[in-house]
Amino acid sequence: MSVDLQTVKRVARLARIAVSEEDAERMTGELNAILGFVEQLNEVDVSGVEPMTSVTPMEMKKRQDVVTDGSKAADIVANAPATEENFFLVPKVVE
Amino acid sequence: MSDLTRLTISQARAKLRGKEITATEITEAYLSAIDRANPALNAYVAVTGDRARDMAKASDARLVKGEGGALEGIPLGIKDLFGTEGVHTQACSHVLDGFKPRYESTVTANLWADGAVMLGKLNMDEFAMGSSNETSYYGPVINPWRRSRLDTVVMPTTHQGDGGFVTAGGTKTQRTLDNAQLVPGGSSGGSATAVSAFLCAGATATDTGGSIRQPAAFTGTVGIKPTYGRCSRWGIVAFASSLDQAGPIARDVRDAAILLRSMASVDPKDTTSVDRPVPDYEAAIGKPIKGMKVGIPKEYRVDGMPEEIEALWQKGIAWLRDAGAEIVDISLPHTKYALPAYYIVAPAEASSNLARYDGVRYGLRVPGKDIVEMYEKTRAAGFGREVKRRIMIGTYVLSAGYYDAYYLQAQKVRNLIKRDFENVFAAGVDVILTPATPSAAFGIADEDMAADPVKMYLNDIFTVTVNMAGLPGIAVPAGLDPKGLPLGLQLIGRPFEEETLFQTAAVIEQAAGTFQPEKWW
Repeated sequence: MSVDLQTVKRVARLARIAVSEEDAERMTGELNAILGFVEQLNEVDVSGVEPMTSVTPMEMKKRQDVVTDGSKAADIVANAPATEENFFLVPKVVE
Repeated sequence: MSDLTRLTISQARAKLRGKEITATEITEAYLSAIDRANPALNAYVAVTGDRARDMAKASDARLVKGEGGALEGIPLGIKDLFGTEGVHTQACSHVLDGFKPRYESTVTANLWADGAVMLGKLNMDEFAMGSSNETSYYGPVINPWRRSRLDTVVMPTTHQGDGGFVTAGGTKTQRTLDNAQLVPGGSSGGSATAVSAFLCAGATATDTGGSIRQPAAFTGTVGIKPTYGRCSRWGIVAFASSLDQAGPIARDVRDAAILLRSMASVDPKDTTSVDRPVPDYEAAIGKPIKGMKVGIPKEYRVDGMPEEIEALWQKGIAWLRDAGAEIVDISLPHTKYALPAYYIVAPAEASSNLARYDGVRYGLRVPGKDIVEMYEKTRAAGFGREVKRRIMIGTYVLSAGYYDAYYLQAQKVRNLIKRDFENVFAAGVDVILTPATPSAAFGIADEDMAADPVKMYLNDIFTVTVNMAGLPGIAVPAGLDPKGLPLGLQLIGRPFEEETLFQTAAVIEQAAGTFQPEKWW
C-alpha cells in the first residue's frame, strides 16, 4: 500500500499538524519509503496467532476506587501558556 | 589530588564512605568538567549547578554521620525525558518549551532517595525518536570518540614517549586522531557521551528500540535495558508505552548494576510495574559462568555486516567458551520482522501519546484563528521532522480501514517474535549473545541516512527484538574497530534475569577490558 498527496494531507489533518504543500510532498515520499519497508510483514503467516495485548503476562493491577490524589489545581495549570483562576484558556470553541 | 571524574561509581563510593573525598569535591570536579567540555560535546541541555551543590552538601552531612545511601554523593546526569521537579524537562522538543514539572519521576526519586546528586539534564533525540541524537531541538551531541589511523613513523634515533612505542627497526607506530565529528548514537546520546567523556559518574537513559544499548556501544560504555516492568515509567515522557523502559548507562558493568538496583522498584503508580523485589545485581558480578548455555542466533548474521563486527562476535563467543560456558547455535526465525513490526507499533503508540501536545496545558502555543488552527500551528512549529513523520505513520496505520492490515498484523508478528525467544529459553538457553550494532559510530549529518529514514532505522536491527519481546538486554564494550572506534556486544536474557546479564557481561569485560576516548575536547 502506498499513500498519495491527498492521503498525506488528510492524515496531517487527523494528526492536527499543519503542513505546507511542500511539506506534504516531501512527507509523501518519506511515508512511502517506510510503508514499503513494513510491507514485508504481509509475508508472515499469522493464522491462529493472537495479537499481543500485554508485554508481560500479569494480572491487571486494581486498587480501591477512592480518591488518592488531588487538590492541586495550581500545580496542574502551572505550566499552561494561558490560564485564568485555575482554568486553561483556549480560543472560543462554541459560538 | 587526582582527577575525581575518572573514578568509577564503585571507586567513588568507597572513597566517599572512607571519607577520603567529599561529595562536594567530586560534584565540583564534574561541574567544572562540564563547563569545559559542554561547548564542544553538547551533552547537557541544562546544568543544575546550585541544586547539585545543595544535594552534595546534604550528602556530605549524611556521610559524616555514616548514614549514606547506596549512591550517596554520586553525581549523575539525567536524560531530559525524565520528569524532574522544577527543572527543565522537555524531551529535547520545542513543543515542551519552558516545561518544568511539578512532580518527580519515580526512577529519579529513587536515585535521590539513595543519595545521588543531580548534575543536570542530558541531551537526547526529540521524544527519544532517533538513533544519532541529531533530532534534538538543542542540536546534535558529539561523540567523544574519533576515528584514528595508525601511522608508522621512521625514527632517526631511538625514542620513546608521546603515546607511541619503539619497534625493533627504529620505527614508531602512532595513532593520529581524525577531525571528523561522529554521532554518539541515540536516542540516549547525551547520556552516553556524558558518561564516556567523564561528565557524570553515570546516567539515566531510556530504551524503546535500542536507545540505551546502541549509544552505549558507540561510546564504549555499558548500557542495560531491563525487562519491561522492572523500572517504573511513571513521570517519564511517554514515547511508545508498551516498549519504553528506563535503564542506566555506566562506565563499567559493576556501575551499571549499582545504578539499576537504585532505579528499579515496584511502583503502584505504574500498572505495568512488576511486583517483584529488586535483587542485589552487584552480587552477580564475579560468579562463574561455567556450564551456562549461551545461544548464538544465526539470524543475526546479516548481509553486508562489516567484517569487524563478525570478528568481534567470534571473540565474544571464544571468551565465554573459555570461561566454561556451553555455546549452542539457535534460531530466532522471526528476527527480520522485528524492525518493520516496530515501525508500526512504536509510531502508533507515539501518535496517541503525543496527542497531548496541543498548546493548551503546557509548552508552546502558536495562536490561530480558531482552536483547530491553534492546535495545527502549535504542533507544526513544535515538533521536528522525525517526530512528525512518526506521528503521521502512526495516525495512518491506526486510521479507519487500515488498523487490521497494519497494527493488528504487527501485534501478531510481535507475539511470534516473543515466542521465538520463549522457545529457545525453554530449550535451556540461559543467555543469547549478539553484536550490539551493525556498525561503529558514523559521521554527523550522514548523507545516506538523511536521504532515507529506513537506513537510520536499521541501526536498531539487533536491539529492537528485545523491546518487542519485553526482555532484558545489555550492551557491553568488547573491542575497537580498525579505526579505533569502540564496538559492543549484546547479551539478551530471560525476563527478570538481569543478574545473568551482569554475570555474563562481567566475563566479557574481564576479557576485553574497558575503553576510554583520547581527550581532544
